[in-house]
Amino acid sequence: MVASLYGVKQAKKAIWIFLEQEGGKLEGVSLELLDKGRQMADNANWSLVGLLIGKDVSEIADEAFSYGADVVVLADDPLLDVFTVDAYTQVTYDAIMEHKPSVFLLGATPNGRDLAGRLAVRVRTGLNADCTNLNLDKKRGILVSEVTGFGGGIAALIEMQNHRPQMATVRPGVFPPGEPDKKRKGKVIKLPIKLEADTIKTKVVERVVGEGVDLTQVPALVVGGRGIEGDFGLMRELAGLIGGDVGATRPPVDDGYIERERQIGQTGVVCRPKVSINCGVSGAFHFVVGVQESDIVISINTDQEAPIFDFTDYCIVGDVFEIIPALTAALSSVKELAHG
Amino acid sequence: MANLHMVVCLKVVPKPEEIRVDKKTNRLERTDARSELNPPDMNAMEMALSIKERYGGKISILTMGPPYFEPLLRVGLAMGADHIYLLSDRDFGGADTLATTYTLAKGVEKIEGVDLIFCGEESSDGATGQVPPGLAEWLDFNQITMINNIELAPRKKTIRGRREIKAGHEILEVPLPAVVSVAVASNEPRFMDYRIKDWAFEEERMTVWSKDDLDVDAEYIGVSGSPTIVSDLAQAATRERKREFLTGTPEEIADKLKVILQDAL
Ligand SMILES: Cc1cc2nc3c(=O)[nH]c(=O)nc-3n(C[C@H](O)[C@H](O)[C@H](O)COP(=O)(O)OP(=O)(O)OC[C@H]3O[C@@H](n4cnc5c(N)ncnc54)[C@H](O)[C@@H]3O)c2cc1C
Repeated sequence: MVASLYGVKQAKKAIWIFLEQEGGKLEGVSLELLDKGRQMADNANWSLVGLLIGKDVSEIADEAFSYGADVVVLADDPLLDVFTVDAYTQVTYDAIMEHKPSVFLLGATPNGRDLAGRLAVRVRTGLNADCTNLNLDKKRGILVSEVTGFGGGIAALIEMQNHRPQMATVRPGVFPPGEPDKKRKGKVIKLPIKLEADTIKTKVVERVVGEGVDLTQVPALVVGGRGIEGDFGLMRELAGLIGGDVGATRPPVDDGYIERERQIGQTGVVCRPKVSINCGVSGAFHFVVGVQESDIVISINTDQEAPIFDFTDYCIVGDVFEIIPALTAALSSVKELAHG
Repeated sequence: MANLHMVVCLKVVPKPEEIRVDKKTNRLERTDARSELNPPDMNAMEMALSIKERYGGKISILTMGPPYFEPLLRVGLAMGADHIYLLSDRDFGGADTLATTYTLAKGVEKIEGVDLIFCGEESSDGATGQVPPGLAEWLDFNQITMINNIELAPRKKTIRGRREIKAGHEILEVPLPAVVSVAVASNEPRFMDYRIKDWAFEEERMTVWSKDDLDVDAEYIGVSGSPTIVSDLAQAATRERKREFLTGTPEEIADKLKVILQDAL
């Protein structure tokens, strides 16, 4: 059997989190992983370590401590200013081989996936991608990853017995973010950097990042599916009235009606609003995982048999183009009253 | 670059809606499900074909799987690819990402002289999206993932790929040889060209390699090369929902919804 570069015996009782940062701030998914990692580490009496890579990023370590990290391993170098898979894989590999963590978790972001995929092969270990839950079996020291989405809503529990680190990626929003504790402190370990500029083959020719939307934390979510025929104006109007934001299933995203970062589901984001309203959504399991953390689910579909109704509290068999305008009218009249 | 050699990794997948779970073995039962070419791989194929049209070169299809995949793979030839390499061996079965990427990498090495590999963004049955970087790592190729556009600089032998990130985009450049994964829905895959259908089904357009044909280490393939195991399969946990149907005219329904929303928010 193929062996990882280090095994169960050499592995340290530590959970490592890849801390992804942009513009001096940690990504939401890194905070979510820190909180989940903290719970697992406490339960098993392991340590929680954040791996922070970038240029002039040492200040972010405090944020990681406040969200639960005991230690931050810091790789700070001008060559690490923007993410390139070559440089980040090399540095992560060096860090991993020096400290030999038992578990290594990354956000399933474009960069997190690039890094995870290369690193797993470099250290000859397994990788569970897009996990929907994680548990650390403290007796066996084994990470049990749940992966869903094979049609029909099947969940698989996946483990690796002999390979270390046990790697997994998790989508943004799968775990709730924790509460920061500003008083928490930790230790920074600086990683010696052995990078040469000419070993980095990737050139970032252009890079434009916007503020981005974070649907994981919105209080109300209005989702447009294929059934709304691209009419996101209607969705936005409703979302505005209830202080929420707009998401979509994959088809309207693929058809270019709305930005990809608003895609909800297995390969999008997982949201946990108080209310989600699904309009013209059939209810594929790939999608349902993205809204099932909602307190209340409302769905509108012309097809009484649509699977989405199995995952819904308030089901409306009807045409979105009749129900939603009626609802916005009803809600607007309240507003006018409230404003006198 | 008339001698540009491209590989498109195609995966044959069971139609997702036809997969069941075998309760006894904890395995996904795919045998009853009909197969199709993984839809995201069609976007990869289309991107490779567009490069071939502009710069020449040839396209090889690379797949790991059983011999009965053949007719589906030949559709790729009828779209405009030149040759199929099918890596087929009982011992390749049960592979996770590590073993799969290793085996595919061995196939690429055996094909020889490959400059550029195209993969789909993910597969509809596993959806991990981890094959492209893993494959690149085994081969020591550069990589750009999830691109929706590619430009080739034939003289410099570099590619530029554009990808969407966080309410923006980036353009990355890497020297060949490289692996790219192509974002779902980034182009319109063409249909097969019926004029070349007979040609596409000629025997000599396909090469089948078993593990003895490839320079593989038996420890690294199939089940023994796969660190991960499925320890349990279950119906995914879902929250209990009220499933209460609201009826009436749109206005009546709207009034009921208004109350529900006001209570909840
Ligand atoms: C690997 C993989 C990952 C995926 N990841 C995701 C993901 O993250 N998120 C995601 O959403 N999908 C994902 N998908 C796609 C998913 O399987 C479904 O295809 C998709 O969710 C369907 O979107 P939909 O419900 O909007 O469209 P459809 O399934 O076409 O449903 C449209 C619905 O609208 C109803 N309708 C039509 N007109 C009206 C009307 N006027 N009023 C009311 N109702 C109407 C119809 O009855 C129908 O039920 C993934 C697929 C794969 C293979």
